[in-house]
Amino acid sequence: MAISDRDGLEAARAAATVGSGAQALVAEQTAERYAKSLEVDLGGGPAGPGGRDREPAARSQWQLFWRRFFKHKLAVAAGAVLILLYLLAIFAPQIAPYKLNPNLDAKTLLDARHGPSMKHWFGTDELGRDQLTRVLYAGRISLLVGLCVALVSTLLGTAVGAVAGYFGGWVDQILMRFTDLFLVVPALAVLMMAQKGLAGKPILGHRLSSTNLIILILSFLFWQTIARVVRGVFLSLKEKEFVEAARASGASSFRIITRHMLPNTVGPIAVNTTLVVGLAILTESTLSFLGFGVQPPTVSWGNMLAQSEGAVGTNLAYLVYFPGLAILVTVLAVNFLGDGMRDAFDPQSTH
Amino acid sequence: MLTYVVRRIALSIPVIVVASMLVFGFTQATTDPLARLRQSRDAARLIPAERHRLGLDRPLVVQYTSWAKDFVKGDWGESFISRRDVKTEIFDKLGKTIQLIIWGVLFSALVAIAVGVYSAARQYSALDYTFTGLSFVGLSMPVFWFALMSIQFLVFVPKNLFHLNQPILYSVGLHSATDHSLLDYIRHLVLPVLTLSVQLVAGWSRYERSSMLDVMSSDYIRTARAKGVRRSRVLLKHGLRNALIPLTTVMAVDIGGLFGGLIITETIFGWPGMGRLFFDALLSGDTNILLPWLMVTAVFIIGFNLLADVLYGVLDPRIRVS
Repeated sequence: MAISDRDGLEAARAAATVGSGAQALVAEQTAERYAKSLEVDLGGGPAGPGGRDREPAARSQWQLFWRRFFKHKLAVAAGAVLILLYLLAIFAPQIAPYKLNPNLDAKTLLDARHGPSMKHWFGTDELGRDQLTRVLYAGRISLLVGLCVALVSTLLGTAVGAVAGYFGGWVDQILMRFTDLFLVVPALAVLMMAQKGLAGKPILGHRLSSTNLIILILSFLFWQTIARVVRGVFLSLKEKEFVEAARASGASSFRIITRHMLPNTVGPIAVNTTLVVGLAILTESTLSFLGFGVQPPTVSWGNMLAQSEGAVGTNLAYLVYFPGLAILVTVLAVNFLGDGMRDAFDPQSTH
Repeated sequence: MLTYVVRRIALSIPVIVVASMLVFGFTQATTDPLARLRQSRDAARLIPAERHRLGLDRPLVVQYTSWAKDFVKGDWGESFISRRDVKTEIFDKLGKTIQLIIWGVLFSALVAIAVGVYSAARQYSALDYTFTGLSFVGLSMPVFWFALMSIQFLVFVPKNLFHLNQPILYSVGLHSATDHSLLDYIRHLVLPVLTLSVQLVAGWSRYERSSMLDVMSSDYIRTARAKGVRRSRVLLKHGLRNALIPLTTVMAVDIGGLFGGLIITETIFGWPGMGRLFFDALLSGDTNILLPWLMVTAVFIIGFNLLADVLYGVLDPRIRVS
């Protein structure tokens, strides 16, 4: 028990970087527990008396994963919602009932300040722009940021975490001390300063758009989460017999990492990549709301809320409801999906 | 025990030193103390002079050591905007933020422990599922949107509904200009405390639930039940007391993060604390505030991490042995 508590504390610290209470989601994914579940799944654990004979036909790890995942109704529903949201984002130009930037002529202005109705489901703002259209287009940016940050941090984090966990020694020391340093500064403040300092400046000869800049900055924060997780799993996998067997049969380190250890780390990586999508969308919208993220005229849910902050308490308050709901629904779906995936990969976790 | 504590404290000193180097370099790279002069007509003449006066033309290492010396001595420079001493400014705001933290942590801890214990005692009951669902909502909630919604539905909706001259809860500031009563203070405090509690309650209650379930399945609980101790007594006397140990350490880590983590809450509710100070300084280019601000918050985070480690050792003797 003491071990899992320490892991929980570590994970809580990692989650504190992001400045959110996500520790409950991350904390329950402990490397130790995961490695234990592998033993059972792969038939490496002690078989019961006579168990071998009556064992059902062998199933691959993936078949087991999908079977367990589909039992988790909520996670399946969350996955469906998420696919729907991404489809809405991809096809926003085709679906949106109005133009994103209509000509601000008398006809549009006549439609200004209309509450939600059949004609304008989410109402219109003070310039007569249709809010449903804007929420759909903003979703493109927010979901894109979430996905890109998750992909970049997963690639980078997996590479660094694998090397650190497998080789240990000074590589590991540097990685751990480096990520420790990020845990001692308030993340949101640092992100805001970084955005302000880098905005409008060329990076490696390229002038980045505010969207690309925020993807870059957030990836730089979140790859560490993945790296720590991968490192943790690698540390416990390193001691397993199948790795030793591979080493004894003369496999190179590269082969052991890519062919033997990484496939067994897919679970925690997939779960944490999913959770990073949610964290990235939350952080992006927060930064954009404060004015340090995606800049207008590009619309994101966060900067829509920044623009309509003053509508709170007026009869335009509906402007504040929908972008916020969009963020909440998206992140909630991501978190439920991640939770279901964790259960499917690691049926022994108790939460 | 004492050597354990002393060793932990000694270990965190190099962390603070390295963090200060990192923070110094980061601030140098991302801020421009000369930004105010760039628009000026005399920029070509003023900038090199000012650069020399501030010592920005010296090597980075020299700049760092001279800054670090001043920082340790307590000479933190003065604000560009208010011309006030940065140290007084920061400690003044720190007091305001600490008020928010104390009330927020007390409230969140009480709610989270109650919810966690109930959920563990009645695992898989309807209310347990409800709490689990709510904690997911809390963890997925954009805090700034929750703040806006709380202003809309707890300030304006009741005010318009009952045709009040003054809202029941206030959404701006620490207290009214003329009224310094306790009631007025509470009316200002409710919304920011609620906002900062959303994620704390969601996270802590989940943590308390799982650590309570862990404890309740251990042998000494079964022994206590077997010798005839009542269930409620086992739950609170044996279960809760042990389940609180891991939660305490998680709480300590989270509280450390709050000193620099209330930027959203303080900005939206006009609470004159650390978060608001940072936001204003960053927007107005008051770069002298930023570096000491980062250092102070980093020291708090490191300090509370240390506290978490020490608490763990004090509360759970098994850790010290191993």
